[in-house]
Amino acid sequence: MRNGAQPVLEVTNLKTIFRTRGGEVHAVNSVSFDLKPGELLGVVGESGSGKSVTMMSLIGLLPSPPAEVREGRVMFDGLDLLKCTPAQLRAVRGPGVGFIFQDPMTSLNPVFTVGYQLREPLMKHMGMTKPQAQVRAQELLELVGIPDAGRRLKDFPHQFSGGMRQRVMIAIALACDPKVLIADEPTTALDVTIQAQILELVKDLRQKLGMAIVWITHDLGVIAGIADRIMVMYGGQIVEHGTVKEVFAKPRHPYTRALLQTVPSVRGERAEKLNVIEGQPPILRAAPTACPFRDRCSLRFAACDAANPARYEVGPGHDAACFWDFETNAPRREVTEKADV
Amino acid sequence: MFDGGKRPLVEVEGLKMYFPITAGLFRAKVGDVKAVDDVTFTIFEGETLGLVGESGCGKSTCGRAVLRLYEPTAGSVLIDGEDVLAAPPGELRALRPKMQMVFQDPQASLNPRMTVAGIIGEPLDEHTTLNRAQKLARIYELMDKVGLNRDFANRYPHEFSGGQRQRIGIARALALNPRFIVCDEPIAALDVSIQAQVVNLLEELQDSLGLTYLFISHDLSMVRHIADRVAVMYLGRIVELASRDALYEAPLHPYTQALLSAVPEPDPNAEKTRQRIILKGDVPSPANPPEGCNFCTRCPKVMDLCRKVEPEYREVAPGHFTACHLHNQTAG
Repeated sequence: MRNGAQPVLEVTNLKTIFRTRGGEVHAVNSVSFDLKPGELLGVVGESGSGKSVTMMSLIGLLPSPPAEVREGRVMFDGLDLLKCTPAQLRAVRGPGVGFIFQDPMTSLNPVFTVGYQLREPLMKHMGMTKPQAQVRAQELLELVGIPDAGRRLKDFPHQFSGGMRQRVMIAIALACDPKVLIADEPTTALDVTIQAQILELVKDLRQKLGMAIVWITHDLGVIAGIADRIMVMYGGQIVEHGTVKEVFAKPRHPYTRALLQTVPSVRGERAEKLNVIEGQPPILRAAPTACPFRDRCSLRFAACDAANPARYEVGPGHDAACFWDFETNAPRREVTEKADV
Repeated sequence: MFDGGKRPLVEVEGLKMYFPITAGLFRAKVGDVKAVDDVTFTIFEGETLGLVGESGCGKSTCGRAVLRLYEPTAGSVLIDGEDVLAAPPGELRALRPKMQMVFQDPQASLNPRMTVAGIIGEPLDEHTTLNRAQKLARIYELMDKVGLNRDFANRYPHEFSGGQRQRIGIARALALNPRFIVCDEPIAALDVSIQAQVVNLLEELQDSLGLTYLFISHDLSMVRHIADRVAVMYLGRIVELASRDALYEAPLHPYTQALLSAVPEPDPNAEKTRQRIILKGDVPSPANPPEGCNFCTRCPKVMDLCRKVEPEYREVAPGHFTACHLHNQTAG
């Protein structure tokens, strides 16, 4: 791990809310994390856990209203992205931070050729002329493994299959050589065999280009294969964070543990009955004052209702937001001491 | 596990579902999309047959054609000894209560203007002569069975979460005491933590009501959990069918092997060392399938023979069927 290096992206205490007719929804609650150069950070959580909203808040991609970034600091390249003007942000998107969206069908423009959509960022951000951009666009398509790239530039998105379209999306995100690439569920809409192709491609590109990647997914299997660190989100906050090895071997939050147990496997032992996380994820009508997982947690005790647990360090570079100490199998010392006072 | 003593409930033979491709002003037929091309399988009473494959391989079409939600091009489907494909409309209607379906997207398959009681009760209106009180009693009974609170009977689908909506869809499918249910990707639209709840419900219902399932899914790990036997489809054909353990532990067809190796495992140590079989390219168009074996364009073990001759779908070990030239010689 690259522990000594300065982080390329540092997020502190990010809070995002949505104003809806039913009142405010607190989608992201005090999220803090950093990203080191060249590392791959996996973000897991179910839908509504705030993983996509967090990442879109960073670079101002959320429509406002209804969204509002209430608090926080996002340091990238000496710049606080939350204080940037729209023009400054536009300059960051592309060469600074690239984004791959989940659904390649809806995020490519159907009325322009793939070549046009690849040239656009190159000419806008990199100051290339059209012929230069054309050459670079072909290189990019070759880089992501699209055969016959020169001819395919003239094709429209609908002429590509799902996997190929996702490769085009990756090529566009890579066009300006970003320092940070944010990939929002890039393989969720794809079949496993195509997903395997894309994962190999990303591993390969990482070695060649050395960018830092944030990979959002709900598939723990994908994270296990490619990530250095993992961040588990639930109810708009980070409930566990650590190196992939640590978190998978010693999960220290009941949600992570349950998640690892509910997923059946294609290899190894087959359980007769699946483990279940009972209940539903919370709806975040107000800023949390208690643990968001408590209603579904089998270890719930008094402290869980009284306060929202902070992220306690549970190992080297490994923290979990839970009052339960899995080492001693008892409530954390911090909690019991506080109760005594 | 299935055994020789079990009675087949669903027998599908030579099922073909072609969709015509038309072109030009007069919409002349210029070809066919062979969505399901000569599929044969049997489902035994009380078992779950998993049907897996990539998107576009024809697994959903196959499930729908078996229930005659499409008019299949050729083939025969016997459910409990009765020919579903040959039945005239009136008789088919009488057969419907026996065979039901749970759809992929609970959002799209429930009428947003009907209450839960209305949705679950609709099949009862159509097929039974229950009076109001009897009907309501049956609706409550069904809601209890699938774990929905009776108090919610007058609510509308949008007031429920995805997992609960899928329970409504399951209750509707159960209303007429079916023998056979086609589950078409019933968990694909649900979150990981909710998927397990719905799968466990389906298993409990199977045990208590003696149901037979055709479980269609692209999630190989979930199919391994729920199915007794598994069929793998590729480009409109079944390439391999075997008992669960045989298929997952010793897959014979190169496509099954590649498919299984592509599933990522939530274990970082295993992932670092594991050898994946990465298939090249995409699935060919079912309008223009390759000559010979369907899989010859992507197969890592392709031989000259595969590009010319279509492999026969045959039983290579007891209960283990595959369509591959690699296993034809050894068996023959």
